[in-house]
Amino acid sequence: MKRYGMSIDLDKCNGCGACMVACAVENNIPAAPENANDRKGITWIRVYKIDNGEAWPERRTAFVPVLCQQCGHDTPCAHVCPQQAVDVDAKTGIVGQMTERCLGCRYCMAACPYHARYFNWWDPKWPAGMEKTLNPGAAPRMRGVVEKCNFCQGRLHAAQERAAATGKSEIDPADYVPACVEACPTGAIRFGDVNDAAKQPDSFRLLEKLGTEPKIYYRSKREWVRKVASAPGRNKAVANG
Amino acid sequence: MDKELIARGVKRCSTGRFLLWILPWVGLLAFGLFAAALCLVKGLNQTNMDNRFAFGLWIFLDLTVIALGAGAFFTGFLLYILKVKELKAVINSAVVIGLVCYSGAVTVLAVDVGQPLRAWFTFWYPNVHSMLTEVTFCISCYLTVLAIEYVPIVLKNRRLRDVPHLMVFEHELHKLVYVLAGVGTFLSFFHQGSLGGLYGVLRGRPFAFREGLFIWPSTFFLFILSAAAVGPSFLICITWAVEKISRKRLVRQEVYRVLARISGLLLAVYTAAKSIDTLVWINRTSPGAGFLAEQYYSWRPFGTWILLVEIIGCGLVPALVLLSPRLRQSTRWMVAAAAVACCGVALNRFVLTVQTLALPTLPFDEFLSYVPSWQEVGTFLAVVAYGVLVYSISFRYFRLFPQERELRVESAAAEAEAEFELVER
Repeated sequence: MKRYGMSIDLDKCNGCGACMVACAVENNIPAAPENANDRKGITWIRVYKIDNGEAWPERRTAFVPVLCQQCGHDTPCAHVCPQQAVDVDAKTGIVGQMTERCLGCRYCMAACPYHARYFNWWDPKWPAGMEKTLNPGAAPRMRGVVEKCNFCQGRLHAAQERAAATGKSEIDPADYVPACVEACPTGAIRFGDVNDAAKQPDSFRLLEKLGTEPKIYYRSKREWVRKVASAPGRNKAVANG
Repeated sequence: MDKELIARGVKRCSTGRFLLWILPWVGLLAFGLFAAALCLVKGLNQTNMDNRFAFGLWIFLDLTVIALGAGAFFTGFLLYILKVKELKAVINSAVVIGLVCYSGAVTVLAVDVGQPLRAWFTFWYPNVHSMLTEVTFCISCYLTVLAIEYVPIVLKNRRLRDVPHLMVFEHELHKLVYVLAGVGTFLSFFHQGSLGGLYGVLRGRPFAFREGLFIWPSTFFLFILSAAAVGPSFLICITWAVEKISRKRLVRQEVYRVLARISGLLLAVYTAAKSIDTLVWINRTSPGAGFLAEQYYSWRPFGTWILLVEIIGCGLVPALVLLSPRLRQSTRWMVAAAAVACCGVALNRFVLTVQTLALPTLPFDEFLSYVPSWQEVGTFLAVVAYGVLVYSISFRYFRLFPQERELRVESAAAEAEAEFELVER
């Protein structure tokens, strides 16, 4: 079985947010309550906007979708969880979250340098009738637990079941793609073997020097995008634009 | 009304006055319990924590309170293991302070987690690599030790001593005191350290991440040192405050001086260790992770001033005051230095918890701020009120300061002598 990875072409991403919507629908993420703010909502994939810091007409913009980076080495969240609620699949490399075991201590959120973990601050609620649209392949999470992107593990399990039903030991690669990959209208997100993702030209990873070995590779031919997106920490000068 | 419960040879205020004293604290406790109940029933959406500020006021104050409560284990260690006999005068008070600090912190932690009913999972599915597992195990065991250490203090109550079985039980329990002190010291050293390790191991947070020895980051050792240093300082502050409020002499000046000397010495060692650690972090650890230390201090209000205040203002200065025999003689200087040392440890815990989370790690992320909600403040105030109530009740009915009786006799004798001289003249 291969270890999965993702390649996101930032030159193709137009920031439409279709990946975020598809992710929320696929993984039964409830709508945030009215009194929720941007920092309390749940978005397993979040699109950030970056710019080159120049004034118009030299100003250039790009979008960076950030999801769980599925860290491969000393996975920060798995390392700190006190009750082994974070599960790193040695075969696929997918970092999963066992929400039914999660204490909700949020130590993993403090440990994640990518801010890709989300806490259920409220009970999950769907508007009347909407609960009929829930995906039976992904269990909704309760209040007080942490959740995150798991490369649509429900889809992987379904593909594995289909393969097993036909007597195959390996799944057909075309049979398993996460919802965000499927929904991206520009084909910016590609999914497959992590080694293939690493081979793409102009690739880089976020906060590479931390040594967490993320499995999400970003690509851009534009030097300023690579420079801004791969820099460690936000510099005050950049922040002030 | 409750005269029979008050220890022989000591004087306490009237029941009415005592009730008047505890009334506002009971009110504060009720308010805080209401705030905590809201968080438990409605969820942590009642707080101002969020996905970026996953930890807030509670964790910061928990770490502070546990460091201040370290006086319990460290005084026990000095008295029973290193045989510093002067500290017998404050050991009971230290145990009560420790019990209050630890039980209060554990209670707040129970509100702080999203699924408190799953707390036992940590014992059932422990992740041996997690510092939080170490903290949970040690803190639970040490709280049990503190509760056992508190029992003989309660059983020494005048009325309870009338019950023969309880007296025998207390006597037998007292024999265990050396074992308990040893176990408590071991557990407490470990969990103070693992609390420091909580943040020190976060390689994804280069502001907090530290290198160290074997599996322990340097913050593991710095937390042990700082807690041992400020534990006696906090004991000085509390004893002095109780003396002022109750208008009684509770311990001899010599006890204060011993505590001050120990605190000053450890604070000086801690300040030196912290300075070395900061230099290593600035020049090696942080650049190794790709982050220049100056980046962290470009965000206001967290400038380099905070580092200087922590190391020099709240570390070196009080250490020098407490180490100086001349300044130590002055109660004002000594108590002020001890209070500043306590503030220093609070600042250190604030920096490690709040500043770490406020700083952005991703290049396109924002520097964030956080203001706790009234429910968060209220819940913590409940712990403060609970602490004051437990301490007040313990002070009234149990013998927290064994020297109090002799000091009272001495001052009565001195008064009588002065009166006699006056009459003679």
